[in-house]
Amino acid sequence: MNFDFSDDQKFLGNEARKFLDGECTTQHVREVLNDEDKSHHEGVWQKVKEMGWLGTAIPEEYGGLGLGALEQCVLAEEMGRALAPVPYASSVYFFAEGVLMAGSEAQKSAILPGVASGDIIGCYAASEGPGNPDAANLSVSFDGSKVSGTKVPVTDGDIATHAIVLAKEGSGASLVLVDLSGDGVSRKSVKTLEPTRSHAEITFDGAAGERLGDAGAGADLNDAILNRAAILLAFEQLGGATRCLEMATDYAKERYAFGRPIGGNQAIKHKLADMYVKNEVARSNCYYGAWALSTDAAELPEAAAASRLAASEAFWFASKENIQTHGGMGFTWEVDCHLFYRRAKLLAVQAGAPKVWKEKLVRALELKNAA
Amino acid sequence: MDFNDTPEEAEFRAEARTFLEKHLEPKGAKPLRQRVSGEEFMKRAKQWQAEKAKAGYAKITWPKEMGGRGGTPMQQVIWGQEEGKFDSPGGPFTIGLGMCIPTVIAFGSDEHKKRYVQKALMGEEIWCQLFSEPSAGSDVAGLKTRAVKDGDEWVINGQKVWTSGAHYSDYGILLVRTDPKAAKHKGLTMFIVNMKQDGVEARPIHQASGGREFNEVYFTDVRIPDSDRLGEVGQGWKVAIVTLMNERLAVGGSPGPDWAEIMNYAKDVGTISDAAFRDKLADWYVAAQGYKLTKLRTQTALSKGQTPGPENSIGKIITANQLQDICNSAIEMQDHYGLMTGDEMPADGLFQQSFMWAPGLRIAGGTDEILKNIIAERVLGLPQDVRVDKDIPFDEMKSG
Repeated sequence: MNFDFSDDQKFLGNEARKFLDGECTTQHVREVLNDEDKSHHEGVWQKVKEMGWLGTAIPEEYGGLGLGALEQCVLAEEMGRALAPVPYASSVYFFAEGVLMAGSEAQKSAILPGVASGDIIGCYAASEGPGNPDAANLSVSFDGSKVSGTKVPVTDGDIATHAIVLAKEGSGASLVLVDLSGDGVSRKSVKTLEPTRSHAEITFDGAAGERLGDAGAGADLNDAILNRAAILLAFEQLGGATRCLEMATDYAKERYAFGRPIGGNQAIKHKLADMYVKNEVARSNCYYGAWALSTDAAELPEAAAASRLAASEAFWFASKENIQTHGGMGFTWEVDCHLFYRRAKLLAVQAGAPKVWKEKLVRALELKNAA
Repeated sequence: MDFNDTPEEAEFRAEARTFLEKHLEPKGAKPLRQRVSGEEFMKRAKQWQAEKAKAGYAKITWPKEMGGRGGTPMQQVIWGQEEGKFDSPGGPFTIGLGMCIPTVIAFGSDEHKKRYVQKALMGEEIWCQLFSEPSAGSDVAGLKTRAVKDGDEWVINGQKVWTSGAHYSDYGILLVRTDPKAAKHKGLTMFIVNMKQDGVEARPIHQASGGREFNEVYFTDVRIPDSDRLGEVGQGWKVAIVTLMNERLAVGGSPGPDWAEIMNYAKDVGTISDAAFRDKLADWYVAAQGYKLTKLRTQTALSKGQTPGPENSIGKIITANQLQDICNSAIEMQDHYGLMTGDEMPADGLFQQSFMWAPGLRIAGGTDEILKNIIAERVLGLPQDVRVDKDIPFDEMKSG
């Protein structure tokens, strides 16, 4: 039985934490939060590039570090913990994973080295307004060479150089690779609950694009990309939830009311114990997701759904009850609690809300059960 | 990251499996709780225990000179996993070998060890643990059963409760109050008690579930020689902590119907497409899977020869609550009909049966609330609850 990360992987995580503790504090996060014109933190982004983390799971032949999915998971947890205000998840978990999975040799060679170096920032454009994008019923379309229609919101869509666009093609859907600097692309930033990760509305008006994967394969590829991204997002959520529990626990020990630390009261103790239980459920499910991701296991769909659901619940619960534990202080702009509350919601909905993943999970269980 | 045995673990697992196949039938399809009942069951259980002991499987982590195997905690886990796949008549020896005998080994005399350890291992003598009382459950140090010194003996009067197996036990470890003038934790002493002597009376408790699996035990002028004391007079709480620390690693499976069973049932009755049901099913799966995988993390630590972290403490909070919730949903899924009980009901009536069992599971072995306190205090390092009785002589304490 070896259901844990290796010592080397843990070392990588520890080093990343030390680095981010210094280079990506909540002060850095606030610099983005407090400045409407800032889409991300350029200084942090440069450091992340220098560390080579953008190419963690990209094979060496495409300019990456050629480490595996497990190393990527370890880093994702630390990025989540630090609330890194950079387009890392979009470029790495969605865009690079998509190109790796579905791209032709030429596309991989043209794109992945740029992602690894940070010259290319990728994003994943699927949502079209309210509701989870339904591959069978998209408004954005692709005619084999040109994309038309509007995607909103697109996480990091205002700073990305490239996008993978989920588009209707004929009677099906395809994934389309679009260079966002080309003609026929207009974008505007949109405001969200989580300003430390920017969002855009992107309108394509006959923008040039090339298919990523086969025509009509968009629905399946979208599912496959989301399954992989879900596990990495879950690690970010796990990192955030763990930090919230630490913050709430620390505060409960030092904040006095009625002559003693508030953490001596069962109402607080049990709340934090509940948080611990949810976080451990999330951690164990995430580890299973990491295993499935690294081995491309047949169990990947249910492992992805379970890790995402467990981590979404854990981060939601931890972020809201962290505010509650901090009392009035927790509701001030200056105390960091709301940064986690904002990030928790972004991560829970950006690749499909929990209700979407619950349905995916139950369907996977039904399939397994029928087999 | 993988789920494979090491070569040594695989070898031990294969050995264990061969032994089990030789002696037991694989577990039947019917997942009913194994209940201790009847002389025939006890006879089989004792025989099986003796076979295990002779082959060195009764206490894998104990040293060989104690009758164990000198094995690793991981081997104990593997044995538990494999034995769990067979129709093993286990149960009556768990508390004795898991909690009582380790206490005897830690605090007993050489005579005690010679007299008791081997017979318990072989299943010849069964032990029970006598701590809880009607007014001392979660706060067990508040117990009132009195021991008064009379020459070389102690005279015991009082009542214990929720004692598993008291009616068939030969011996017990008994925590009593020897000094009511001392503060709560300081006036306690631990003894070995012969359960078959006059003045010890075990009466089954009629549980809310209708069953009678537990006992209350009355002690009336029961005499225990001072030589059967475990630890010093007044040090009983320290001894009890050792007993409780020896609670075996949870290796058991689900305590009742799980997400897969209610999913199958929902398919049968056509409620599987109900959105509210699917929502809950996903939650149950995620939590159950979370605990199952957490146990694998614990086993990983054991397999590497490390001390497991505290993550396993989430177990009973999850399983007991989930069992109650699943049974409740299964009953409501059947509407009025769900109220009916019996083997002819869907899933052999297991949902209804476990519905009544679940409240007990949320209390036994630490209530939800006590388990959350333990996580908060020992894992998160939060302050202890206010203890107004801490330094007050026991006989001046309020109780009720």
